[in-house]
Amino acid sequence: MNKLQALMGWVDARFPATKMWEEHLSKYYAPKNFNFWYFFGSLALLILVLQIVTGIVLTMNYKPDATLAFASVEYIMRDVDMGWFIRYMHSTGASAFFIVVYLHMFRGLMYGSFRNPRELLWIFGVLIYVALMAEAFMGYLLPWGQMSYWGAQVIVNLFAAVPFVGEELSIWIRGDFVISDATLNRFFAFHVIAVPLVLLGLVVAHILALHEVGSNNPDGIEIKKNKDENGIPKDGIPFHPYYTVKDIVGVVVFLIFFFAIVFFAPEMGGYFIEHANFEPADPLKTPEHIAPVWYFTPFYAMLRAVPPMFGSQFPGVVVMGGAIVVMFFLPWLDRSPVKSVRYRGPIFKAALAIFAISFVVLGYLGVQPATPFLTLMAQIFTTIYFLFFFLMPWYTKIDTTKPVPERVTS
Amino acid sequence: MSTDGVDTSKRRFLIGATSAVGAVGVAGLAVPFIASMNPSARARAAGAPVEVDISKLQPGERITVEWQGKPVWILRRSEQNMKDLEGMADKLADPKSELPQQPAYATNVYRSNEKRADIVVLVGICTHLGCSPTFRPELAAADLGADWKGGFYCPCHGSTFDLAGRVYAGVPAPSNLVIPRHQYLSDSVIMVGEDGGAA
Repeated sequence: MNKLQALMGWVDARFPATKMWEEHLSKYYAPKNFNFWYFFGSLALLILVLQIVTGIVLTMNYKPDATLAFASVEYIMRDVDMGWFIRYMHSTGASAFFIVVYLHMFRGLMYGSFRNPRELLWIFGVLIYVALMAEAFMGYLLPWGQMSYWGAQVIVNLFAAVPFVGEELSIWIRGDFVISDATLNRFFAFHVIAVPLVLLGLVVAHILALHEVGSNNPDGIEIKKNKDENGIPKDGIPFHPYYTVKDIVGVVVFLIFFFAIVFFAPEMGGYFIEHANFEPADPLKTPEHIAPVWYFTPFYAMLRAVPPMFGSQFPGVVVMGGAIVVMFFLPWLDRSPVKSVRYRGPIFKAALAIFAISFVVLGYLGVQPATPFLTLMAQIFTTIYFLFFFLMPWYTKIDTTKPVPERVTS
Repeated sequence: MSTDGVDTSKRRFLIGATSAVGAVGVAGLAVPFIASMNPSARARAAGAPVEVDISKLQPGERITVEWQGKPVWILRRSEQNMKDLEGMADKLADPKSELPQQPAYATNVYRSNEKRADIVVLVGICTHLGCSPTFRPELAAADLGADWKGGFYCPCHGSTFDLAGRVYAGVPAPSNLVIPRHQYLSDSVIMVGEDGGAA
């Protein structure tokens, strides 16, 4: 034991190992009243690790070449030992990542986790979300199926709608005049190294920002305002062992669902891996019905909802981009004196519920073919989505609030 | 360290000048990285013209060929189709093909070369977001309305085009389908991608 301590002392004199362990785990005091909504942050981290590990193994057999890519994925599925398992973990992991991240973001909305002093924490989070969408989009091209191909064609053409430089920009992104081998090769480079590096950096920034200001909690009150004589928050408990152990329970429940999907429904009825993607990419033929993977469909529905104006489809692209950009401003749109939904009035509760419903409905509309009625619905729900943000300074101000307790409730 | 007698304005100038030179260097270094993502010389050279034999093409039929990696449709319209095209104007966004989506010789109601008015050559990529629309020649298709006169329907976002590739008004696509440069080498052979400099 003494020798081990001596070794640790030797390391600590040269590298802040114990200091970091204490700062981020054993002496990081998190509020004691976390509920199940607080599992999703650590679950997102777990999936990130899972995606990196399975991804590395997949690159050992995948070939980023338009003539070989589709066959190499089938080779992984049929001939590589346990290849199907690695690949299905990776493809299911992508959808699981978005499920967990959407729930994590909704938690932030409910309990006001984006509010002062956590604005930067929220902004890092939205940046992670954007990087994650880029990562998922480029990864989806790699199997080189019909949906990979035409999905990428549609999304890259969004950039062509930018006035003046759009056409040049989209050619530069593709490295060709249409989606081709050059595009596949560079998306592979972005998917396996460039975006993951950015993602990891952002995750570190997100966690550092969190540990600087401290975690919010379901009551939306600052536990740092009530400290004991040792300077430890009275309502705080060390993250390790209390929350590390609690999170393991969350991990077990999550993995039950995760592997149930991996083993029994890896395509999830065409939502996690779309049926058209079992056909090799054909640049001359678009599938009868194309839709993006489910996690993009709310934004896709918004894109389709906006008709062209002045002979350009740019307005639709702006609306779709705006739906994400507006999230960055959330910390400054909310004018309520309280953070958590628990102490807010009926107006905010209704607004949050309607917002969540409209996001789900837009997601549904995004997988349906565009009919005049469904387009009208998409227009209505797109408007609701934006009104949630644009009217927030007003309705959060006039809403009634309940008194916020001094200490967290159990 | 003493800071007495330090000329702070000189120091600020030197820091500024060094930063500016450094920024120019970084910007200069970015150029080759950005340029390397442009289409390569091989990709640029791949757009060679394609010759197509249309002698077996019947009225109402369409063939698809590949040019520059894109689908190109060659469609022969029937006499009824030609009549229908003339009466479409009020449903279309750009019935006279005023936007520069075609060479000058195809700026007419049929959007065809005068040599063969019944033949139209179209780049089969929707001007909305680049899907390839489906050929829907049947009249009054159930899902497209009783006055559907045949045309193209984009499965991605529901844009519709008539049999001359002209876009309907009020659909997501902003403009008519592109007509590539093309010329007739004989009555039955079209060259796509090259028109011998015809205006």
